[in-house]
Parts: sequence; C-alpha cells; structure tokens
Amino acid sequence: MTYITKPKLHHPALPKNSLGYTHRDYEGRISTLCAGCGHDSISAALIQACFELAIEPHRVAKLSGIGCSSKTPDYFLGQSHGFNAVHGRMPSVLTGANLANRDLIYLGVSGDGDSASIGLGQFAHCVRRGVNMVYICENNGVYGLTKGQFSATADKGSKSKTAVNSDSPIDLVSLALLLGATFVARGFSGDKKQLVPLLKAAIAHRGSAILDVISPCVQFNNNPESTKSYDFVREHNDAVNRIDFIVPKAEITVDYEPGAIETVRQHDGSVIKLAKLRPDYNPHDRAGAMAFCQAHAAKGEVVTGLLYIEDDAQDLHAHLNTVAAPLNGLGEADLCPGAKALDAINASYR
Amino acid sequence: MALDLAEGAAVQAPGMKPTDIKNPDYFHKVVDCQWACPAHTPVPEYIRYIAAGRYTDAYMINWWSNVFPGVLGRTCDRPCEPACRRGRVEKEPVAICRLKRVAADNKDDVRDRLPKPAAVKNGKRIALIGAGPASLTVARDLLPLGYACVLYDADPHAGGMMRTQIPKFRLPERVLDEECQYILDLEPELRLGQRIDSLKALLAEDYDAIFVGSGAPRGRELPIPGREEAKGHIHIGIDWLSSVSFGHIESIGKRVIVLGGGNTAMDCCRTSRRLGGDDVKVIVRSGFEEMKASPWEKDDAQREGIPILNFLVPKEFTHENGKLTGVLFEKVKAEYDARGRRNLVPTGEPDAHIECDDVLVAVGQENAFPWIERDIGLDFDKWDMPKVDTVTMQSTNPRVFFGGDAAFGPKNIIWAVAHGHEAAVSIALMLDGKDVKIDRPPPHVNLLSQKMGIHEWSYDNDISLDLRYKVPHAPNEITLRDVKVEVELGFDRELAFKEAQRCLNCDVQTVFDTKLCIECDACVDICPVDCITFTDNEPEPLLRTHLTAPAPNFEQDLYIADGLKTGRVMVKDEDVCLHCGLCAERCPTGAWDMKQFWLDTAKANDVCANRLAAE
Repeated sequence: MTYITKPKLHHPALPKNSLGYTHRDYEGRISTLCAGCGHDSISAALIQACFELAIEPHRVAKLSGIGCSSKTPDYFLGQSHGFNAVHGRMPSVLTGANLANRDLIYLGVSGDGDSASIGLGQFAHCVRRGVNMVYICENNGVYGLTKGQFSATADKGSKSKTAVNSDSPIDLVSLALLLGATFVARGFSGDKKQLVPLLKAAIAHRGSAILDVISPCVQFNNNPESTKSYDFVREHNDAVNRIDFIVPKAEITVDYEPGAIETVRQHDGSVIKLAKLRPDYNPHDRAGAMAFCQAHAAKGEVVTGLLYIEDDAQDLHAHLNTVAAPLNGLGEADLCPGAKALDAINASYR
Repeated sequence: MALDLAEGAAVQAPGMKPTDIKNPDYFHKVVDCQWACPAHTPVPEYIRYIAAGRYTDAYMINWWSNVFPGVLGRTCDRPCEPACRRGRVEKEPVAICRLKRVAADNKDDVRDRLPKPAAVKNGKRIALIGAGPASLTVARDLLPLGYACVLYDADPHAGGMMRTQIPKFRLPERVLDEECQYILDLEPELRLGQRIDSLKALLAEDYDAIFVGSGAPRGRELPIPGREEAKGHIHIGIDWLSSVSFGHIESIGKRVIVLGGGNTAMDCCRTSRRLGGDDVKVIVRSGFEEMKASPWEKDDAQREGIPILNFLVPKEFTHENGKLTGVLFEKVKAEYDARGRRNLVPTGEPDAHIECDDVLVAVGQENAFPWIERDIGLDFDKWDMPKVDTVTMQSTNPRVFFGGDAAFGPKNIIWAVAHGHEAAVSIALMLDGKDVKIDRPPPHVNLLSQKMGIHEWSYDNDISLDLRYKVPHAPNEITLRDVKVEVELGFDRELAFKEAQRCLNCDVQTVFDTKLCIECDACVDICPVDCITFTDNEPEPLLRTHLTAPAPNFEQDLYIADGLKTGRVMVKDEDVCLHCGLCAERCPTGAWDMKQFWLDTAKANDVCANRLAAE
C-alpha cells in the first residue's frame, strides 16, 4: 500500500475539457489495492472517459458492493456521489437510486465475486429490467480479499499457484446477452485504447450497459497457467472491433479502411464509429453474438470489443412510464396529490 | 551491413534508440541543478543532509566540490536555480544557494575533517598568480598531494575579488577569512602584496607549472565629454568598491548616479547608500528586464530605496569649475530589426539632465594582460585573450594554465572554482608526464537502490507543496547605517528544513528494468505528472507529441526502454518527473526502482590515486 498522497503537482501542459477540468480533477484518493492491480487501470480508464466526456462530477453516482473491485469507487471521481452496498446487493440499490433520480449517471462497479457469485440474482434482474446504468464487472477470476480462491468466472482448468479450477465458468457476457442487456462489451484493463471508448459509449447508452473487463489479479492470478493473466489475455485477445466514440458535434477524424467502418447513432445523438476487425462479426445480432462468444471461448480465446448494441434501446423508466423529474425535485402537491387523486387511482382498478 | 541499411530504409522512419543509462551523463543531466553547476556539486544530497540536521556533512559535500560554501551560499550567481526542476512544476525553484549558507552557518568545527598539509613534498613547484577563488582552488587540490604552491597577489590578503569587489554587507569578512584560512592552513608559500609584472621572468624561475588566476581586474571606461574635467567625482566601480573594502574610502556625496546594469552596479549603489548617499539612482542604457544583474540583486537594491531608471544613454558629464554637476542622458527606446536584434534608437525627446555629486561607472570589466609577454609561446586570440583549452585550462604554453575570469573573461566565483579543479587535474597529469586530455580521470559514479521496504525509501518521497520561502532580511534602518552589517539573516533551522523539503530529490533516479515489466500500466496510471507512456516507437519529434502528456521540452531527454513483450517501448519524459517514486511503489514486479545517482567530478587526487595504483 502506498502511504503518501499522490502529489497535487501536475504536468504544466495538461489538457482541459470544456468544463475547465484536467483529468486529475476526476481522481479520487490513492489506491489501497495491491501494486499492479488491473482494477487501478480500470479506475484510470473511468477517469479518462469522464474527463473526455466533460461530465460534471456531481452528476455521477458510483455504486459498488464488496470486494477489491468494489473498493475502487474511492479511487476515482472523488467529487461524485457514492454508495458502498452490501455484498452482491449493489444492483438493487442502484435500481432504487435510478428510479428516484434518473438525471444522474449511474456507474455500478462490481467484481466477479460480487456479480457472479453472491450477487448473481441481483445482477440478472437489474440487467433484464433495463436499468439505465454502466455496470462494470472488474473480472479477475479470483477472490483477492480472501487470498485468491477461484471465483465463479474462473475458467475450467485454469491453474493458480496451489489449485486447478474444476468448475464451469459463468460468462457474464453471455449471461448479459441472454438476459436482454442492450449494450454488452468486454475489455481488458491492460488496453485503455480499447477500454476508454467502450466506457464512453456505455455512459452515453440508455439502458443496461454491461462491461466485463478482464482485470488480472497480480497477486493471486497472474501466473503462467492462469487464463486471466496479463500474458494470457494479450496472447488470446480476439478483438472483434475497435470503437472510436464520437460525441455530438465532434469532428470525425479517425481514418479506417473504407468498407470496414460502421457508424452507430445513439439516442442522445452521439455517434459510435466502429472499426470492424472481423468483417463477419455483427454487433446488432444478439443470437449471433452469443454463438460467437461461446464458440471462441471454447477455443480458449477472449473475445473483446463492443459485442452487442441495440440501437433503439429503452430503459426501465420508459417501461414503467415514470415521471421524468427526479423525486427530490417534486413538490408536496405532486408527491401527495390528495384524497381525490387517490380515489381516482382506486377507481381505475375497479 | 549494406543489406541492413537497405532493409532499414524500406521500413518507416526508425524510432528512438533505447537510452544508454550506463553513460554517466544521462542521469547526471536529470539532476538539473548538479548538471548546471559548473563545479557539479551534488546538490540534492546536501539538501537532504540539511533536512536531516546534518549541517556539517552538508557543508563538507559542498567544501569538496565548491571550496567556498559560506561565500557561495551568499554570493553565488546560482546557475543551479534557473535549472531546478521545481521551477518547471510550480512557480519557483528551490532556494539552493541560501540552503548552502545554512550548512555553512550551522556546521560544527570542520577542521578535523579537512586535509592536512602534505607530510612529504613531491618536489614540484607551482606558481599561482592572483589569490582569488581560482588559484585558491588549485592550491586546495594540489597542496595536500605534496605539490608546493606559491601564491602571488598584489593585495595584502588572500581572497581576490571575493574580498575586494563583494561588499561586506553581502559577504561578512569573517566568512571569507574562515574559508580562505582552510586553504592557507595547507601551507602554501605566500607572496601577498607582490604584483607579477612579467610572466617571462616568472617562467625563468624554477616553477614546474604556472596558474594564472588574476581575474578581470580592469573596469571599463566611459569616455564621454566631461570625463576628464570632472574626474575627481567620477569613479570606476570595481576600483571604488575595492577602496571601500580596504577602508581607503569611507564616504560619498549625497546624490549618486550609478551607471551600468550588472551586479557590480548593484553593489556600487547599495554601498553608496551606506556611505552617505541619500539619493542614489541606477541608470541603465537598456530596458530594466534586459539588465545583466541577477533579479534578486535588483530586488535588494530597490528594497533599499534605490530607483532603477532605464533607456537613458549617458552623453556627457556636466561640470562647473572642475566640479561634477550631473550627467546628461539621451532618451532611447528599443527597436527590433528583421533579424530580431535589438537597437536602441533616440526617442526624439529632449535630453534629461540629472544632477549628482558623484558618479560610479560600472559598465563592465575587462581582462588586462600587460604583464604577459607575447614572445613566450603563449598565443592570444583576436580579442587579445589568451588561447585557453576549455577542458584542460591549458594555454598554448604547456606550463601555463588559466582559470577564473582570467581564462575566458568575467564570469563568477563558481566558474572560477570549476576551472581551478580542472587546472589542478591538468597540472597533476602534466607533471606525471601524462596527456592532459586523454588521461583525464573519469568522474566517480554510483547508482544505488533506495528501497528499504515494500513501500519505504531511504529518502522522503512525499512531495511538499510549500512555495519558496523568503530569506529574512535585517531592517534597512540597521543595515543602511553600516557597510559591514550583513543584510540577509539567512534561513533559521526551521525555515531551512521547510525549504529543503521542497527539493524533489532529482538524484534519486527512476530506473527501469524491461525484463521485469508485465505492462500492467500501474506506473502510467499513478504518475502525478503523466510522464510515463507505453507506446509504439517513433522518431523523436513524433513520439514527443504522442505521449500521455506532450513532451515539448527538447532540452530534457526521453528515457526509452525496449524489449517489452508487446513490442512497444517504455517512454519516460524526464522533464517534469517529481521523483516521488510512486511508479516504483505501484510497480508489482520491481521493474521500476528508485536509485540514487551519485557523481563526483574527478579531482587532482584521482590522478595521484591512479598513479599509486599503477605503481
């Protein structure tokens, strides 16, 4: 653990976003995770994504459960809202918060234990409800805080220093596709060029955006026989596409080979430019995506990139036809409309 | 070979070469202060000693390197401070110079740590002309080794310009006396009060080598109308300062004009304020910003109520009945030609006449070698300066060496010391029959890990956010009354500690071991100044724009390491690195380590050590 605070002094020529903030303004406290933890890179990617999107920090709510991953909201966006929930229960707290105030950007930060073991039910239900959120699973395949036992996402046959995993893995990407998530992606903590645009696109997405981010545990699961080590993921990374997330009004500057580019427009007008690395991969085909991921996982490959996106996604608020204003913005007259209104509601059910 | 080149040309422009960290210059340059110091004093090390309260140790590091820590801690031109990395990441550099003074002020008796006079002489005799900082340095380096040094000076005391030109309110006599005495204790032969009038005659004596450290003793004249008629009240700055120093002059008129914008002008005006000058002005031809004086010396003058008037060119000294009445100035402005050169052109306004009782002329100094004959194999250049090698300090007469202002014109004390060290090395080499260029001993270098525990270092890596502390001054009411009362009080121990904590420990280097790196990005993520990048290699100008944060300062190196598994290179921009060690703390494999770089320039004793080793 690092004992000093990160010095406030910064590079004199740091770029500023349209709010006048540098990326350092989006930092949190210094990480207490092990040195080299992939989670810290994901925090850095989140900082970069929020900086580039010029998000006002007070418009973000970070929610997490329990685990190494769930400690990380302390290490980014120190000026944002935060809630550290009970183990595996972040999705319901997030769902409640989102229902009460749809104006905030919800970052659900979880890990493979918090999401795929104790919180699997919670994970499943908030995905199928289409809660508007970015759900990030910092996936290292082990329980780091309890000294490295295999978690539910560890691949069958993956070895740690002392054991071989014999259980079948839960693939959160396949699960999210199955459960109706409208934005599904997989990234790697060691590749921010890929991860930052994925996070930006996910933040702009309305609906359940699920990001499974392979994040090596340097302490317990970065050995040569692990399938979640830096080396394994780099060697077996099968990126189906590269995305360049473009905010509205921004000029499109990145040049790709003609014919290999697809643009996806999101509900807020933002544009995702998709460079297809695999011409046969169609990120609008849910069933195809599931088959592709399963087939490649069977070959020991780690499929990454934007795996599925539903263009006209809708979220829980649309399903429930809720009031647009956050509850904290409603007055007493709206919240307690009186006996007459109650009578009218009751009458509608008779 | 030709095939390789052809293949190389076929691919895109080559990326940068990996950094050779075995070359001592690489890490030396990262220690900006030490690199900028002519004597290459290991600054961060002595600053850490000051923070630890080990003032004597801090003093001794300085003494070995720059010979006059107490003097330089008050008077140095501080080339280290503009170079200081702190000035690139916040407003102002560390007050390196004044911390040096803290070491000198607070040290214990150091005499038992100093070298002793040589027990056995080696039979070689060296004449040192001028007893200023350059010659004293040569003497300090050679005397303990057994060389006999004979110190000549026209003045009755050792110290040279440190004694005659620096006013005592900046450099108290006791400080200078103490540090000169450490050298005199090594028992040179003293020929003080003895001016050398002929180098030829001296060469005919039995000296094995002669070192010329006679300074730049001639103040430049200002030959404008009235100079001759009013000469009784027009004084050459450095001569006047010298007369004040020796007590020959004790007063000056009430209204004084100082002409010139260098540090001598600042010393002249401030001295005038103490000798009866109530209305003292500094008047310069150029603009205020372009003055040669150090900014802090201008501040000190202004703080004593001395206005600095600029863009006034002296035209004439006015006088009545042989007595000076004032100076007539032409008003000018700066204009820049197409090549960016500045010209001072008249504004067309009427000339300004400024009344005064005395004028001090401080418009520059020159070398003067009327005592060096031109037929002794010692060549002079077209500016009538001796031809001197910039590394060896040797003239074209192999027995004659130069140093200090005598070598390359007016510089400052720390350059004189640096020249002295190099001349001493050359003299020792020459008298050993070695080549003064090829056989120069290399510097002493070391690189040592500072790791104490998992996240513990043997240096304080927590970065202080304090801004530069000001050195307390004695009030004007006291200092302006007496030319010998020191103005600066120096940092006390508490202030010194706080200022020392501002040092970024740039000598503790970030050393990267590619073989251990797993490319986890932890160092990239934690670096507070975004100076680490893992990327594809490119030619330098491109690479500098493609880093985590741009690296526009080409004077600062990029540290490149190749051989990573992904084929990328590690690029670290040395420019604004805080040396906080967080990269190494967050590195899971120890690929980054914080290692202290130590460099001590070779001195004359290394020549002797090499000789003894060979025997």
